[in-house]
Amino acid sequence: MPKVTIDREKCKGCLLCVGVCPKKLISRDKSLNSKGHNPVKFQDKGECIGCALCAIICPDCCIEVYK
Amino acid sequence: MDKIYAHPKSLRNIQTHYCPGCGHGIAHRIIAEIVDELGIRERVIAVAPVGCAVIAYDYWDFDCSEAAHGRALAVATAIKRVRPENIVFTYQGDGDLAAIGTNETIHAANRGENLTVVFINNAVYGMTGGQMAPTTLLNQKTATTVKGREAGIHGYPLKISEMLALLPGVKYIERVSLHSPQEIIKTKKAIKQAFSNQIEGIGFSLVEVLSPCPTYWGMQPKEALDWIKEVMVKKFPLGRIK
Repeated sequence: MPKVTIDREKCKGCLLCVGVCPKKLISRDKSLNSKGHNPVKFQDKGECIGCALCAIICPDCCIEVYK
Repeated sequence: MDKIYAHPKSLRNIQTHYCPGCGHGIAHRIIAEIVDELGIRERVIAVAPVGCAVIAYDYWDFDCSEAAHGRALAVATAIKRVRPENIVFTYQGDGDLAAIGTNETIHAANRGENLTVVFINNAVYGMTGGQMAPTTLLNQKTATTVKGREAGIHGYPLKISEMLALLPGVKYIERVSLHSPQEIIKTKKAIKQAFSNQIEGIGFSLVEVLSPCPTYWGMQPKEALDWIKEVMVKKFPLGRIK
């Protein structure tokens, strides 16, 4: 099953990945990281198709995709 | 389980100083991926600009040089002529390449130097606080055009890619954008072509990248991408120019 890992310390919470995920599996995390940003979180419902659109649009290179 | 999208080796795994949603991070990553894919990490030399990307050398894990404001192509010319076996590229913003560096840009292009140029056009001066750049669109509000850019006072947006395309020394110019994953894939293809041109000795290649600046456009990151798609590409049409 494909999955996404997010480096929550590098994430600046721009939320661009949230808008491009076709399955809406990425959302804003309410807890802050050490830099004071609300990073994103990946909620695995077994629906990820491994399209990597989130990783392609991430400006901070904090997403890696496994398939 | 295989990693299908990994952090490129040529990009240091540190947090950048760019604002959330800034296009520079995407452009840096694309270039690092291309350097990895072409296997040129040991012979590539980047010339960083003055502007938001001034410390790009802290992010790329290959050789880089810094240039005075606007002079990246003059420095790159020298490096390439002394070390023709190296792959030399400049990474410049619109304030650097199209304003203070117009002179160096036009003459390097006119000499047909075998260089690759990545030109980041975000229609504003980012590092100094969001002032009007030569590429600022008409009616666009910036720190120095608070009522919007007016042609009668501030002139028209400068289309430097179309200007350079007139020069016989220029071999390849393409305008691309970062407003969606699909466009980012096209951007990568265009920049890779510009690097391949240099490896094959074809000559001066420039890729203009329309890039979001959410902070100084006064928008959320997603809105900034939509603004590129709906407004900016109408004034700066995408595609192969030469």
